Amino acid sequence: MSLTAADVAEILKLLESSSFDTLDLEIGATKLSLRRGGAGPVPGAAPAASRTTGAAPAPRAGAAAPAPPTSPPAALRGDEVTAPLLGTFYRAPKPGAPPFVEVGSRVEPDTVIAIIEVMKLMNTVRAGRAGRVTEILVDDGALVEYGQPLLRLAAP
Amino acid sequence: MISRVFIANRGEIALRILRTCRRLGLGTVLGASSADLDSLPARLADRTLCIGGPRSSDSYLNVAAVVHAAKASGCDAVHPGYGFLSERAVLARAVEEAGLTFIGPTAEQIDAVGDKLKAREAAIAADVPVVPGGAIDDAPAAMALARRIGAPLLVKAVGGGGGRGMKRVERLEDLPTSLELAAAEAGAAFGDARVYLERYVARGRHVEVQVLGDGEGAVIHLGERDCSVQRRYQKLIEETPAPHLPAALRDGLQEAAVRFARSLRYRGAGTVEFLLDADRGEFYFLEMNARIQVEHPVTEAVTGIDLVERQIAIASGLGLSLRQADLPLHGHAIECRINAEDPAADFRPSPGTITRADWPAGEGIRVDTHVQAGARVPPFYDSLVAKIIAHGPDRAAALARLERALAATRLEGIATNLAFQASLLDDPAFAAGGVDTGWLARRQGT
Repeated sequence: MSLTAADVAEILKLLESSSFDTLDLEIGATKLSLRRGGAGPVPGAAPAASRTTGAAPAPRAGAAAPAPPTSPPAALRGDEVTAPLLGTFYRAPKPGAPPFVEVGSRVEPDTVIAIIEVMKLMNTVRAGRAGRVTEILVDDGALVEYGQPLLRLAAP
Repeated sequence: MISRVFIANRGEIALRILRTCRRLGLGTVLGASSADLDSLPARLADRTLCIGGPRSSDSYLNVAAVVHAAKASGCDAVHPGYGFLSERAVLARAVEEAGLTFIGPTAEQIDAVGDKLKAREAAIAADVPVVPGGAIDDAPAAMALARRIGAPLLVKAVGGGGGRGMKRVERLEDLPTSLELAAAEAGAAFGDARVYLERYVARGRHVEVQVLGDGEGAVIHLGERDCSVQRRYQKLIEETPAPHLPAALRDGLQEAAVRFARSLRYRGAGTVEFLLDADRGEFYFLEMNARIQVEHPVTEAVTGIDLVERQIAIASGLGLSLRQADLPLHGHAIECRINAEDPAADFRPSPGTITRADWPAGEGIRVDTHVQAGARVPPFYDSLVAKIIAHGPDRAAALARLERALAATRLEGIATNLAFQASLLDDPAFAAGGVDTGWLARRQGT
């Protein structure tokens, strides 16, 4: 998977219209770091850390901190469905069973797309919106981090 | 043996642990919240895993995420730092159950000292003096006990710390109201509404003793620290040795701390806190902190010992490899905590982006910090941004070095207590040494 110039332009537009100052995107071996205001990339950034943080800008003291939901559904970012928690990613309800979704599958917001296991607890991950799966980004049984893109959806 | 350490913390202590691991040739994996992925420790760790969202309860307090991330990333040990999960027996237990090593005391020891009433009983059993006071069952019993202790007294949370859930009672008729308030605050903050009573010592100093135990009953101490400069029970300046202590009192404190830790067969680094009654020349056990302390660098300065390295060695089963007699203490060390808070606005936290950060350097100066120019101080966590530590052959030399170090420090973009700390160092009472825990409040006129 590689980014075209058009992709980058599209991403730049997204950053421009957002409230974020920086965007780090990592897709496979491709890394993209964008900074508002022309600041260069963070020197010495470890690959594992150079990715979209999703953190809101720090509010002024005294203002209520934006409270993320405690048990969020699969977060949506761009066309990606991201991991709502850290754990082991499973594409099927049990070994040998057919996967919840495949490339090409139609999903509705409440369609279960995967299981993330944390300390023997199985957490179902739902698509969060309707669409068609265009790419599955994580291998079965891999460790996924909070916020890590799991799969990509196209408009239904 | 330990070969890869999972660091379950953030900020300066995460970086400090990481540096020792690196020096020892150990791999590092940091568990960070999504708000900290740009932080210096996240960039320097061999690997950083995002364990959850910005709020501590979603990330740094998430036992399942921490243990899962540690195991899945091939770590064989977990260092909890201070705060967050460091004194939660549930983490120590979960780490061990996952087949990993917890760099810290046993879950049972954390439980034993985490409950202040149990700790108090353990102190009494170890022949360590405690403040007159005790547990209360109901309001009439509380009043009866309060009459025996005498006013003023303190209502404290059994599961508490950092001053939360603590109320001072000046007149006994105010006791019922204070009990209710303290219980409600304790219930909200710690999920445990139990409170107890204690004599309020008018002129007390906070003096604590650093100990190391091998878990088999051998315990040594690494001297004491005086942490009496406090604002609302939050320590601001710490130093070692404690100024102007008669030798017998100092020995008594150190021996009591060792006796207490030995009675628990304590494993790892811990701190036994005492209230020193300056007027009576007596000391009382307050509590034991079963973790590395924020202020541990002053002890490292005068002992030359890396406490995190000792923690890892003990967790690896290597024991103490130090004898009390091999531990001469050299000189004097003082630490200032630099917080992102605004003294002009009642010390309100001041999160934001640091635009300039110049740190001091030079002989005897150490700076423990995770921030550089461009660093963000997120609003979700405590406000500590740096610790500046000065070491010198004596207290006057250490103080002069620390004053110069603070004067050379520049922090812009956020409000900090830097100038306020400099004014405290410059105060004749502090320079004289041996202020009590009420000094700062009286100085501020609050």
